[in-house]
Amino acid sequence: MSSTDATFLKPARPALFARLPIVHQLRQSVGLQRGMLVAGLLVTSLFLLTAILAPVIAPYGYSQLRDTAGLFGAQQPPGGAHLLGTTVGGYDVLSRVLWGAQTALFVIIVAVVLSLFAGVLLGLVSGYFGGWLDRVLVVVCDAVYAFPSLLLAIVMSIVISGGKSDLVGGVMAAAISITVVFIPQYFRVIRAETVRIKAEAYVESARVLGASNLRIMFRHVLRNATRTLPLIFTLNASEAILTLAGLGFLGFGIEPTEASEWGYDLNKALSDVTSGIWWTALFPGLAIVLVVLGITLVGESLNDLADPRLRGRRAVGASSGLVAETSVVPGGTLDAGPGGLDGLETPAHPPVHPGDDSEATR
Amino acid sequence: MTTAVSTPRPPLAGSAAKKKRGSGGGLGRYIVVRFLLIIPTIFILVSMVFWLMRTTGDPITAALGGRLTPDQLAERISAAGYDRPILIQYAEYLGQIFTGNFGTTISTNRPVSEVLVTYGAATLELAFYALLVAFIVGIPLGMVAAYWRDKAPDAFLRIFAILCYATPVFFAGLLFKLVFAVWLKVLPVAGRASTGAELQMQLLPGKTGFYTIDAIQTGNPAVLQDVLSHVVLPALALGLLTAGVFLRLVRTNVIGTLGTDYVDAARSRGVSEFRLVRKHAYRPALIPIITVIGLQIALLLGGAVLTETTFEWKGLGFMLSEFLQARDFVAVQGIVALLAVIVALSNFIVDIVAAIIDPRVRY
Repeated sequence: MSSTDATFLKPARPALFARLPIVHQLRQSVGLQRGMLVAGLLVTSLFLLTAILAPVIAPYGYSQLRDTAGLFGAQQPPGGAHLLGTTVGGYDVLSRVLWGAQTALFVIIVAVVLSLFAGVLLGLVSGYFGGWLDRVLVVVCDAVYAFPSLLLAIVMSIVISGGKSDLVGGVMAAAISITVVFIPQYFRVIRAETVRIKAEAYVESARVLGASNLRIMFRHVLRNATRTLPLIFTLNASEAILTLAGLGFLGFGIEPTEASEWGYDLNKALSDVTSGIWWTALFPGLAIVLVVLGITLVGESLNDLADPRLRGRRAVGASSGLVAETSVVPGGTLDAGPGGLDGLETPAHPPVHPGDDSEATR
Repeated sequence: MTTAVSTPRPPLAGSAAKKKRGSGGGLGRYIVVRFLLIIPTIFILVSMVFWLMRTTGDPITAALGGRLTPDQLAERISAAGYDRPILIQYAEYLGQIFTGNFGTTISTNRPVSEVLVTYGAATLELAFYALLVAFIVGIPLGMVAAYWRDKAPDAFLRIFAILCYATPVFFAGLLFKLVFAVWLKVLPVAGRASTGAELQMQLLPGKTGFYTIDAIQTGNPAVLQDVLSHVVLPALALGLLTAGVFLRLVRTNVIGTLGTDYVDAARSRGVSEFRLVRKHAYRPALIPIITVIGLQIALLLGGAVLTETTFEWKGLGFMLSEFLQARDFVAVQGIVALLAVIVALSNFIVDIVAAIIDPRVRY
């Protein structure tokens, strides 16, 4: 930092590291919120590590039915060579669960990246230019948004893969199905921000300076509209997992020979449960819960930290040095209202507050 | 909406009658405008479903592809009119939907509307009980969490709410089934009623399809008990999903209202802490909750598909997944279109209720 007089007046700019999205929030958080954020980050990193290292740590392949000792056998209880048992189809449960993380990660990445691009672009164009295109897009997105997302994903997966799940295309089909569901969410957020930012003075100045629409859109508007994106990103990532699992559970997932998918395994475990076989359902299900829990914890914490009403505060004095007196009436002296002090001290009629309002009108 | 702009309200009270008339007109106009808005919504959803489903080819080939010779296929396709230009089919489809005709299923050869009537009641019954669970669990717990904000109960309840959201309904259903039906054997594994009870209800002259109502009509407490015991697990599985959303929502909003001046004022007047949360802070926090219920209905219907499949609950969702397995896309299209109509209508009702409660929404 230079030491000119101008910078002396500015608050010190934190180091780049401290301004990184997650790191900043981690420092900002306290107590319970920090606990939730840290727990969420830990679980999410565990998920990422599992997804990346699945080929190394999984004892068997996701579609492996036999090893040198012969067939695994169906519905073997946990223990021995199969730590978490085997499924009705004769797969190793532990390996399926570990490999499933990889499939989930692929689908999240493809789905979120696709919907991010499509949704942000549409929202930007729609909000910036307005007009009939904007109205049509808003109505369409509202309609799609209101629709049960799983049903939409089912329809999309029929369209994309004809309801069948062939090859690695199954991953793409699932991801694109989820994308269509998510586009309206990004669209709405970005459009609302764009409409707000468009009216800002700096956008007008840019236009006066002769900046092109494209430049204003991407340089001035988009950069300022992305504030809420990390939040939607985390929420969508967890929703993507749930939608993928839902699709798999209904039989629109990915074939077991192509990849491991938790929802598919749960579908196959449906009949096992009735006969008391618990391990085929429990472990893939727990995997879903854990990953969604981790990502949601991160998302929730980011959400709360972004909202001053919900942000937990450090004890006064711990972080803030001097607390300025901000009260409008420091001594608590009140000027008389139009009716004099009488009206304030002894109300003519019992005070009405919004809480009682609905009671009174009913 | 123009009335609101053209008649500026006096800052203090005008004549009471005049004020009432003004707000009544605003509400009437709002209802009409809002009602007109559901038409494009339904139109867009129904069209989208039609075009998307049709890009995969005609439904007959999809359903019976490998099983018939090409000649037989062509014959059935032309008999069903699927060889005509797609725009004509689209127009016909829209016209049919307008008159309540959703087509004929290919796999069972029944009118889709008949399927919808037969199984719709089951889905509505499940959704009703699930919402009940969500209210009973979500709203009081949300108030508790807000009151003890950032304390142990809040921490525990927030984790609970996230767990509710993070657990897929079918996994929750599987676990409930395993524990309560298979291990403890206190509740039935699946279905809407046992065979005996179902037979008794089938014989009823005025049966509604809502098993709870039908069971009461039989006058046999054993039947009612049977029906209610079947509904517990599916309603819990589906209801807890929504309960988590309600909990979070109530918490956030009550935290907001607990910090307002009138709550402080009420507290200083000696209003009990319980009443403070229950009445003063909760009531105004209700408006956003009502709005979100509208969005929850979509989630609930999506969840119903999964719950019904898990518990073999013979409703629309169960049939939907059956038809999907049979690749009967006419039936799928019909069910999806109907659900779109239900979602649009329920959103409309929720918006109207919100407008009646909170006049600010109308303007």
